[in-house]
Amino acid sequence: MSPKALDYESLNENLKKAQYAVRGELYLRASELQKEGKKIIFTNVGNPHALGQKPLTFPRQVVALCQAPFLLDDPNVGLLFPADAIARAKHYLSYTSGGLGAYSDSRGLPGVRKEVADFIGRRDGYPSDPELIFLTDGASKGVMQLLNAIIRGEGDGVLVPVPQYPLYSAAIALFGGSLVPYYLEETANWGLDVADLRQSVAHARAKGITVRAMVIINPGNPTGQCLSEANLREILRFCYQENLVLLGDEVYQQNIYQDERPFLSARKVLMDMGGPISRELQLVSFHSVSKGYWGECGQRGGYFEMTNIPPRSVEEIYKVASISLSPNVPAQIFMGLMVNPPKPGDISYDQFVRESKGILESLRRRARIMTDGFNSCRNVVCNFTEGAMYSFPQIRLPPRAIEAAKKARKVADVFYCLKLLEATGISTVPGSGFGQKEGVFHLRTTILPAEEDMPEIMASFKKFNDEFMEQYEDHRGYSRM
Amino acid sequence: MRRFVSEGAKSLSLVSRPFLHRFEELLHLRFLSSTSVLDCPLSSSPSSSPMDPTPLTVDTINPKVLKCEYAVRGEVVTIAQRLQQELKDKPGSHPFDEILYCNIGNPQSLGQQPITFFREVLALCDHPSLLDKSETSGLFSADSIDRAWQILDQIPGRATGAYSHSQGVKGLRDAIASGIEARDGYPADPDDIFLTDGASPAVHMMMQLLTRSESDGILCPIPQYPLYSASIALHGGTLVPYYLDEANGWGLEVSELKKQLDAAKSKGVSVRALVVINPGNPTGQVLSEENQRQIVEFCKKEGLVLLADEVYQENIYAPEKQFHSFKKVARSMGYGEEDISLVSFQSVSKGYYGECGKRGGYMEVTGFAANIREQIYKVASVNLCSNISGQILASLVMNPPKANESYESYYAERDGILSSLARRAKILEDAFNSLEGVSCNKAEGAMYLFPRIRLPEKAIKAAEAANTVPDAFYCKHLLNATGVVVVPGSGFGQVPGTWHFRCTILPQEDKIPAVASRLTEFHKGFMDEFRD
Repeated sequence: MSPKALDYESLNENLKKAQYAVRGELYLRASELQKEGKKIIFTNVGNPHALGQKPLTFPRQVVALCQAPFLLDDPNVGLLFPADAIARAKHYLSYTSGGLGAYSDSRGLPGVRKEVADFIGRRDGYPSDPELIFLTDGASKGVMQLLNAIIRGEGDGVLVPVPQYPLYSAAIALFGGSLVPYYLEETANWGLDVADLRQSVAHARAKGITVRAMVIINPGNPTGQCLSEANLREILRFCYQENLVLLGDEVYQQNIYQDERPFLSARKVLMDMGGPISRELQLVSFHSVSKGYWGECGQRGGYFEMTNIPPRSVEEIYKVASISLSPNVPAQIFMGLMVNPPKPGDISYDQFVRESKGILESLRRRARIMTDGFNSCRNVVCNFTEGAMYSFPQIRLPPRAIEAAKKARKVADVFYCLKLLEATGISTVPGSGFGQKEGVFHLRTTILPAEEDMPEIMASFKKFNDEFMEQYEDHRGYSRM
Repeated sequence: MRRFVSEGAKSLSLVSRPFLHRFEELLHLRFLSSTSVLDCPLSSSPSSSPMDPTPLTVDTINPKVLKCEYAVRGEVVTIAQRLQQELKDKPGSHPFDEILYCNIGNPQSLGQQPITFFREVLALCDHPSLLDKSETSGLFSADSIDRAWQILDQIPGRATGAYSHSQGVKGLRDAIASGIEARDGYPADPDDIFLTDGASPAVHMMMQLLTRSESDGILCPIPQYPLYSASIALHGGTLVPYYLDEANGWGLEVSELKKQLDAAKSKGVSVRALVVINPGNPTGQVLSEENQRQIVEFCKKEGLVLLADEVYQENIYAPEKQFHSFKKVARSMGYGEEDISLVSFQSVSKGYYGECGKRGGYMEVTGFAANIREQIYKVASVNLCSNISGQILASLVMNPPKANESYESYYAERDGILSSLARRAKILEDAFNSLEGVSCNKAEGAMYLFPRIRLPEKAIKAAEAANTVPDAFYCKHLLNATGVVVVPGSGFGQVPGTWHFRCTILPQEDKIPAVASRLTEFHKGFMDEFRD
């Protein structure tokens, strides 16, 4: 018997350590049940089109034309495509050398990067340099590239919010770094406390870790909170004082469901602060076509924008990008369209606005429906979803439920979520996949199921939950947080 | 909605307030009550460390990033881009009218047309509501409409904008598995297939899986496509080189493999895998079946994972040669999942389709235990999935129109491209072989020629004086004189003391005579200048 080339023991340890719950145990179980014929409602991942959200019409028209440019020569093309889509397709094709099938510049098509820079300039009121904008196959790839550049070894730490989107914990594990957690305060609407940050950093340094970067997710995932200007200023100052590069995950910037705290980019706040910090604080900002009201997850389109990163570092980051040759070109066009949508007066403008508004307003309503629905359930407490696409209710599990979970050899919230899945077909992600305070349990669901299905889904959840609590509650009462 | 008094509020005299308006108010109060850190950065703050250098400078960036190199888009290309801009700003400023990028296997950037049928299907899948309109049949072929329906039926809700299964849409993997089976005559399992954004991310995944530390080595051909050297460097492993034999058509000798394996082992390197690129890049050789059997036997005996880069499987120009996948060869030897761990990489970027910009590809993973496959799945899931359009294209490439369907234009386009590539390969090969001191092996497959140039001593000294590697020196001179961009052989590896460059065969056929004559003229001038 020949020696086994690869066995589990000889796998890269970092790989084994990495976890990604979003497509982990619950999802795999849900997929099994689906194969067996059970109706599953997948609320485990921010994947709007999978739950019935329709793609915006205009971008699909443009990309289809770019995909098949011979259509542009057909005299009947106007029967299927509006004139502005036709013009826009020609516009994006002119940015390429050879159409969608040629590798572009490894940073992305210069023309699209200019459109992204112009968008950032309009949004923030400060000019942005296209040379410092790199398009990527989804924002996740960009995050991985930056973390790979930052992490030299396990002595390097990255500050990550808890709860967090587990791309960060997985990537840090894969690259062999150390995750330095800072806890968001649930009772203060998932707010961030700089004193807490300092403590986390001090704790890490005492263990010999060099803290190199800080991640913020704004609006938050899974928590949905939108950072205030004051909070952003504190964070920027903190990073400046502690010599950290700030990684600003801003992929949900279009998803805002309250009016008190509109989206403010970290870059805008930094530039507003002026002075040395605005010229020195290292910042990388991420965006994507997967979220917002676009929801074009399957395209894998994203970018990162670098601020105050030295030219030689930019060269190194470029070098690594060049190994993968180029990001996919169709998604680059989606990105161009997202930052440069139809304008008033364009033929497709009204339809575009109608479709976009429809989606955003519905998301706002669903955020409210879900929050209220969870709060009406026994032992469930849920902060309002201020932004992003998720609801992250706290489930106060009775001691007997926790015992039952232990007996079943499952983490308590995994136990609960599996039972929820089996009973109702609702597939969520247990809070342990995102991180939470010891002894406090959550689950993450998306607010994406169709509006007309929401009442039934929430009713189904409530029925399951209240029965579960009835079953496991110790009538002597118990203390929770 | 219930509200809660913040824990933090207890430390201030706010306990009496039952509700908290905004968290940031609390923060302001907290800061006012402690030493202000708002206007004194750095040293006054107790928790700031003694001068950590700023995180992202060349001194503090991950050294593995610094170590890796990728010449295909390296120095010579950067110069070319500058020259191109200069030509644009000041026409006539150089002794050539245009830059001809022969550095990169990017066919459609040099005028190769995409396959119409594929693009029709992709356009319909990009905008499925076209299928609901009667006018569509006036602009799209019936066959493409049929195939688009077939594909969209595999995607729940026709939602091509949704993340798919992390290995790729199941129905598309079924189609690819069928295609592999039809190609090889041996079954393929859709669950062995991982669709990726091009073949490159799949290579990275395997390197990540296999590399624990610098002591882990991967056998790579020299010359090699520098994705491998770069990826190994990025993941902190060791490249263990094995030399292809230029004098014998870039042949691969198992004795060389064994020699290098043993040498590495004696230095404490744990060799984990063998990379074979077939057809070869940059070298273009197509392995004989016998050679492939020896390689399979070697991997099985030595317990190595066989990483088979087969992205050029549809680019075969030598009439006496044929592509055989390593999986087919292994299975034909009676070796199954228990005998050999094998990963096969395929891409939509090459062949006759040349769809580089789409980023479509896959790896087929066989012979790994379930617990390892779970880990591979896990890593794939962190990125959620590859782009759907690329997945669809991969399924079209592996399952193209069949002979009994009326896809005349498909066949005409395909054969036109392939025969043209074969002609261009021959013309350029002959041109290189006619140059003084240059010998060029035949391009049996792939998209490149890798001529060997014998540089006179005078040229080598001049290169040293210019602080440049001799083949890069030659390539830069070539670029400045002719506008033709090629990649120095040192970017791929070569036997020390030998020099090469890699040139693609991709400029359109009508440009090839000009490329050949420009190169010939330049080389003559170069040799006149530097001849000993």
